[in-house]
Amino acid sequence: MSKYILPVFIVGVIIVGFLKKVPVYDSFVSGVRQSMDLLISILPYFCTILIAVELFSLSGLNKYLEKLLEPVFTALGIPSQLCELLIIRPLSGNGSIALLQSLYLEHGADSYIARCASVIVGASETTFYIATVYFSTVKAHKLRYAIPVSLIASYIGAVVACVVCRYI
Amino acid sequence: MNFVFFLMVAVSMIVLTVVSPDSAFGVMLSGARKSIELALSLFAIYSIWLSVLEIMDKIGLNKQLNKMFKPINKRLFKGESDKSLEYISLNLSANLLGMGSAATPMGIKAIENMSDGSEKASDNMALLMVINATSIQLVPATVIGMRLAAGSASASDIILPSLIATAVSTVCGVILSKLCAAISRKFGRRNKLNNSPLSKSSNTLAIAAQKKSKAISCGTPLYPARGGDK
Repeated sequence: MSKYILPVFIVGVIIVGFLKKVPVYDSFVSGVRQSMDLLISILPYFCTILIAVELFSLSGLNKYLEKLLEPVFTALGIPSQLCELLIIRPLSGNGSIALLQSLYLEHGADSYIARCASVIVGASETTFYIATVYFSTVKAHKLRYAIPVSLIASYIGAVVACVVCRYI
Repeated sequence: MNFVFFLMVAVSMIVLTVVSPDSAFGVMLSGARKSIELALSLFAIYSIWLSVLEIMDKIGLNKQLNKMFKPINKRLFKGESDKSLEYISLNLSANLLGMGSAATPMGIKAIENMSDGSEKASDNMALLMVINATSIQLVPATVIGMRLAAGSASASDIILPSLIATAVSTVCGVILSKLCAAISRKFGRRNKLNNSPLSKSSNTLAIAAQKKSKAISCGTPLYPARGGDK
């Protein structure tokens, strides 16, 4: 069902647009131009944050952080196998998808660990990506409480996920 | 952001220099290279969504969506212009449907419209970011697809738990941001009261005036050149 949402929506918009005499071709050209401008303003932030993320994950620092946070996570009822996922999730979307895949292979797709991991990935977002990209075209670079609040709320969601997966 | 970045880069670089000094620079390079690859794929996605968005705007779909979300948005994002609310409702509906790639360009436009040129994010901007970061997706289609591919017997049994988890995290996020906003408002007011009792009200007036002029001019340049930015 959900695989039809996207194509049907786009086709619908284009057909209604054409019927309402919207210049569809010109709209696409203008959309691509906007996207180009967007690309140029996003790229510096993107490049910077990815250098940091790459350093963080390849230096083995994430493993140290994992060991450091493991007692905290287990105290909250989160299985220790999910610590790495919880640390990578706010930093890298692709990284957490790859990790989820390896958890499926290791524990089986229907295990408790795999279900928890699925819910955590499905019910959260790449916080740092959002923080950099959303604010890349405006001057406001002091995000104040936005990042800590997002992280705390996401981790509350993760704790809830692990509880709920036990019963549902 | 500055502090987080410094901490991540400095500590990782120190660790890398100690553990394997010859790979340190290569790691930085590979991060930069990945950003180009990712940015190009994002360019492709945004090109399509911004084009569709443009047509949606012209056929009046945006206004209708805005009407649907108005009862909630009016309360959550107090004092925002109609245009900003329109982009916010687009961003939220794309998020609900799990079209993250469509939600991002709309979120960027919303933030642009909400910005008054100040260097600090406003409470409403922070709230929009928190709602996006805590995810409000109704059906995690990507994850279900992955589970199916991995041979799950009931791949969609995570829908209900995900819904509960994301609802809890989003509600917590909204409450926490409102709390932080209230706290910072209280402290801000106290500081200003010490200086001059009128500055608070004149300040909000100035911001409101700026917003008004922004709302009038927002139709023309969508992504203005960013000269003079640090």
